[in-house]
Amino acid sequence: MENYLSIFTEYDIPGAFWVNIQLTFWAAIGALVLGTILALLRISPVASFQAIGASYVNLVRNTPLTIIILFAVLALYGQLGFTLGGDFQANFFRLSVLGLAVYHAAFVCEAIRSGVNTVPLGQAEAARAIGLGFMPAARLIILPQAFRGAIVPLGNTLIALIKNSTVAAVGSVATESSSVMKTMIEFRSDIVIPIFLTFAIGFVIIVIPVGLLTTWLSKKLAVAR
Amino acid sequence: MSRVVSVTSSNVYCMNNDHQAQASPAGPIVQLAGVNKHYGALHVLNNINLEVTKGEVVVILGPSGSGKSTLCRAINRLETIDEGTIKIDGNTLPSEGKALAKLRADVGMVFQSFNLFAHKSILENVTLGPIKVKGMKKQEAKDLAMKLLERVGVANQADKLPAQLSGGQQQRVAIARALAMKPKVMLFDEPTSALDPEMINEVLDTMVGLAKEGMTMLVVTHEMGFARKAADRVIFMADGQIVEQATPEQFFTNPQSDRAKDFLGKLITNH
Repeated sequence: MENYLSIFTEYDIPGAFWVNIQLTFWAAIGALVLGTILALLRISPVASFQAIGASYVNLVRNTPLTIIILFAVLALYGQLGFTLGGDFQANFFRLSVLGLAVYHAAFVCEAIRSGVNTVPLGQAEAARAIGLGFMPAARLIILPQAFRGAIVPLGNTLIALIKNSTVAAVGSVATESSSVMKTMIEFRSDIVIPIFLTFAIGFVIIVIPVGLLTTWLSKKLAVAR
Repeated sequence: MSRVVSVTSSNVYCMNNDHQAQASPAGPIVQLAGVNKHYGALHVLNNINLEVTKGEVVVILGPSGSGKSTLCRAINRLETIDEGTIKIDGNTLPSEGKALAKLRADVGMVFQSFNLFAHKSILENVTLGPIKVKGMKKQEAKDLAMKLLERVGVANQADKLPAQLSGGQQQRVAIARALAMKPKVMLFDEPTSALDPEMINEVLDTMVGLAKEGMTMLVVTHEMGFARKAADRVIFMADGQIVEQATPEQFFTNPQSDRAKDFLGKLITNH
């Protein structure tokens, strides 16, 4: 037991999880913004906008996240010299956030679209009938109701994002939890299973409140019809 | 219920009750010429020509599937048309964009299923159009909305959400929402068809009140009582065509076409 507890003093485990939470936080904001724009493209009346949105979703959603983050770090930065500022570490962190945001935006888009499907067609017709154009109607009438109908799928996407933030390991974010875990396993092969369990339980502890929160929010914010 | 209150000096609410006699020097408010629409093989609108003059109340009757709802929705371009032109107050209805939105703002629409904005309060439902489309100041829009809600008899529900109101109340709010845009014409697409019987009259009374004030109205309905009481002209549609047009008196007592006779005969035996 003492043997096991020593890993908490040797390694900064809460700090490692904190890096994942930060990755998740910034990627979630990026994914939400980009995903909303994509959803608007997909529900717009303009066929070419719909095609752009659909192409993005089908390309990005069907590409492994590892490849996207590797692309950000090795191709965008390594080959093309694209940086997002900060020092070496901060740049990798930001490139990983970019990869996570770009990837999860496709899922956010589809979650919002499922929310749009919960809004009766009559709502859009009534909005158009009082003279609102597409964007004002989307902003004032459709999206507010769509978000409220999409809380559960958006929550699922957030949960996936929290866990997928460990893929930032391939983006050379060495401080996040799966990288730290890998290091620990290398040096403490005597307690491999406890180390795995520590990180597994750590993620469960982070993720469970998100699930509870989204269930509660989806009930509280449901649009009465 | 049908208190006659003029809420605005806009010429929409002229106080002349004898609107049948009104000439329209400025031309018709709504004008359809050679309008055709197909749903696949179904010719849902077959060469429709129709003019509605200012202050006129036109009721469209006809069996289910005769195209009357489609006609009503086409005037607001909620349905596209294949051929022909639709003009609102002399302006041809554009197919897309800001010009279309602007023209729609002049056309009030009341739906069968009310379609109040479900996440907004009753008051916000009525103020949204004036504020966001017309750029009216919030307080001014609120005053206007409260007057209109007062007039349709639901001012005491202003802070509730649509789902908390009865169907009849919701439909009266929908009428207030349309009126808040000071429309040149109001379209009613079967406004009482989704209502429980005891709520139909409260909505019809509101509509009769509007008609008496001189609002230009085009009403698709199955309520023959409303047609008799408030219509200047009855249009009978069948199979996508306008089969017959007459005053309510003429239409109900002496229909000319076999289709209309058949339709009215069924109504009488069914009631």
